[in-house]
Amino acid sequence: MATPSQSQFFSLLKRYYSLYTGGVIGFVVMLSILEQMGVPNKILGYIFLGVTVLLYASIGILSRTSDVTEYYVAGRRVPALFNGMATAADWMSAASFIGLAGTLYLSGYEGLAFVMGWTGGYCLVALFLAPYLRKFGQFTIPDFLGTRYGGDFPRMIGVFAAILCSFTYVIAQIYGLGLIVSRFTGLDFGVGVFVGLGSILVCSFLGGMRAVTWTQVAQYVILIVAYMIPVIWLSVKHTGNPVPQIAYGYVLEKVGAREKVLNDPLTSEGASEAEVRAVFKQQQTEAEQALKALETGGESYLADEKNKLSVLIETLKSNPNADAEEIRAAEKRMAEFPVNAAAATVAWRMQAESNKVKAEPITPHAEPFAGEDEEARDKKRKNFLALVLCLMVGTAALPHILMRFYTTTSVREARQSVFWSLLFISLLYVTAPALAVLAKYDIYTLLVGSSFSELPSWVSAWAAVDKTLMSVTDINKDGIVQLAEITIGGDLIVLAMPEIAGLPYVVTALVAAGGLAAALSTADGLMLTIANALSHDLYYKIIDPKAPTHRRLAISKSLLVVVAVFAAYVTSLKPGDILFLVGAAFSLAASAFFPALVLGIFWKRANKWGAVIGMSAGLGTCMFYMYITYPFFGINAPLWWDINPISAGIFGMPVGIAGVIIGSLLTKAPSKEVQDLVDHVRYPRLAGDAEQRIP
Amino acid sequence: MQLTPKHKQYWRKNLRLTAGLLAIWFGITFGVTWFARELQAITFFGFPFPYYMAAQGALLVYVFLVGYYAYRMDKLDRENGVQEDL
Repeated sequence: MATPSQSQFFSLLKRYYSLYTGGVIGFVVMLSILEQMGVPNKILGYIFLGVTVLLYASIGILSRTSDVTEYYVAGRRVPALFNGMATAADWMSAASFIGLAGTLYLSGYEGLAFVMGWTGGYCLVALFLAPYLRKFGQFTIPDFLGTRYGGDFPRMIGVFAAILCSFTYVIAQIYGLGLIVSRFTGLDFGVGVFVGLGSILVCSFLGGMRAVTWTQVAQYVILIVAYMIPVIWLSVKHTGNPVPQIAYGYVLEKVGAREKVLNDPLTSEGASEAEVRAVFKQQQTEAEQALKALETGGESYLADEKNKLSVLIETLKSNPNADAEEIRAAEKRMAEFPVNAAAATVAWRMQAESNKVKAEPITPHAEPFAGEDEEARDKKRKNFLALVLCLMVGTAALPHILMRFYTTTSVREARQSVFWSLLFISLLYVTAPALAVLAKYDIYTLLVGSSFSELPSWVSAWAAVDKTLMSVTDINKDGIVQLAEITIGGDLIVLAMPEIAGLPYVVTALVAAGGLAAALSTADGLMLTIANALSHDLYYKIIDPKAPTHRRLAISKSLLVVVAVFAAYVTSLKPGDILFLVGAAFSLAASAFFPALVLGIFWKRANKWGAVIGMSAGLGTCMFYMYITYPFFGINAPLWWDINPISAGIFGMPVGIAGVIIGSLLTKAPSKEVQDLVDHVRYPRLAGDAEQRIP
Repeated sequence: MQLTPKHKQYWRKNLRLTAGLLAIWFGITFGVTWFARELQAITFFGFPFPYYMAAQGALLVYVFLVGYYAYRMDKLDRENGVQEDL
């Protein structure tokens, strides 16, 4: 078969994907015509999700392969530009697409740690890893560890760490998938998880990295278009400027002015806000008092309270003039009444906490490290910087990202490809803060101060879907919406943005498809990483190095199914906070891989025992700190230097680096062959390269 | 295989470039953020300066750093005869 030259291949790809982008736009236009003709929203949602998933599946089927190089590294002929798009889609997960703008909306400057951390890490990828890994030119990250440090032991630790962080990360993706599918199709969460999973499998099962690469490029196009359209629209609506990234400085100023008014009890709006906050303060105190009484009174206090409540309901019901609303509220409280003292402690503590948050005045959006006193501010600054560092180093250590740089044609292309990746990623990350500010402005000016009798339709629609995403209650009974009366879940910002901006339903469906693309593309890359670590590194390199090609691929493909089903099972248990899972994956990767990978390239003296000690000590420290401090595990040990468990990598990284250095210096220098390998990796072309090529 | 002095010079130049870009990366990321509260009064394009840097400025610098590294290394490869295509 005649293979086309690289430049022919590149222009062919450009033509295909331009046609594809045109097709996507045409498809959206066609659906909006259908919407105008009166096709119901639900059908439009189904068509949208169905067609995009089918599309990814057909790319997957077209890219099926049984060639090892094609399966593991897409034939090493992905042009820099397209590898950049694929990496961007691989990189941007459900957390970036849906969660990020919401986090920025809710926490202002604080949330920018994610924006910086998730982009700045690419500087480390470019400077320390991508070109060298490409020159090394194998299939997986444990491959590098195994070859550079010699022996199966470093490779095994690499396999373990790669699976650990990829699995933690993939759970978060599948969770996001389930959420999107269930919300837009009305299927059950569990069913949603399996539907999403099916489409991941079709993509990666037949064609491995080759299929994943070309699907990810297609997914990038959809996700970026879906993210941009509503923001541009909102920007035009509020500023008349179609470039939101430039225009929102002006909106941010206005948001700041609104915050001042709403925080000032001397203005009429500020006074109503203060009134609502006082109610929350009152509720907080009540909850705290109940907690105290529970501590002394125990179960008997709880029984008394329950009695009082039932008496109250009786009296209300016997009174013909009683407010029906009040009876319903009391009955609801009765239905949710905690069964025992332990449950009551948990429930009431949560009540006290959530009321406390609502009773506080607004934190200005653009203020860095807001806090009561210098100590609180310092603590926030410390945690911000620690998180940024963990996310950055973690970026430069996550195997599913590093693996992508094996797929370019050359070292030169690998360097360029980091540039394209970062450019495509930054496009979304520069837009997310703009989106958060525009949405905030919209809510602060249009929703706050409006009357409860004429709420915008998106408010009631989303409140009906999920109370934690959107709810408005008239706390001070004045018929006017106060900011303190609005509860918004972070995910709402992106999902409801088209409706907030007043766009047709098609755009909402497009955004859902974009979120789906983001979650699918990342999950694809992660699953492949896990399956490859098991099939290539564990089975082929360690258990049976003589295994024929077809058996290696068969094993890889069946493992993919096993991993997928297992991941879906774990996800259906809903093991916790998405953002924490994602952050944990970064800290784990940063502690386990970064020291051994970078020192392996830049320090010839680093040897096997250094790598073994550094990787296990770094990973161990990180896991230990998470285990003792993250509430999920129930130990709640005091924090070290006030660092939150999400940034556990801040302790794992230095331990890892120290481990590699000390371990290496205590044992003898690596062999001549290994040192030659390091030289081979450092120079794009070097005499003797051919001997270094391992089949 | 023996490395020529030219090879060693190439690697030294690469290390120097890497260190320089890394220093900029560090200053922009951690330097500016550390002093965020002190810099809050400065406005830039209508944004408070530290907010602008974290939300946009730093990202543009990162893109530039990575792009410059790719361009500079490509040139360095050719000057020292280690480029892949002859």
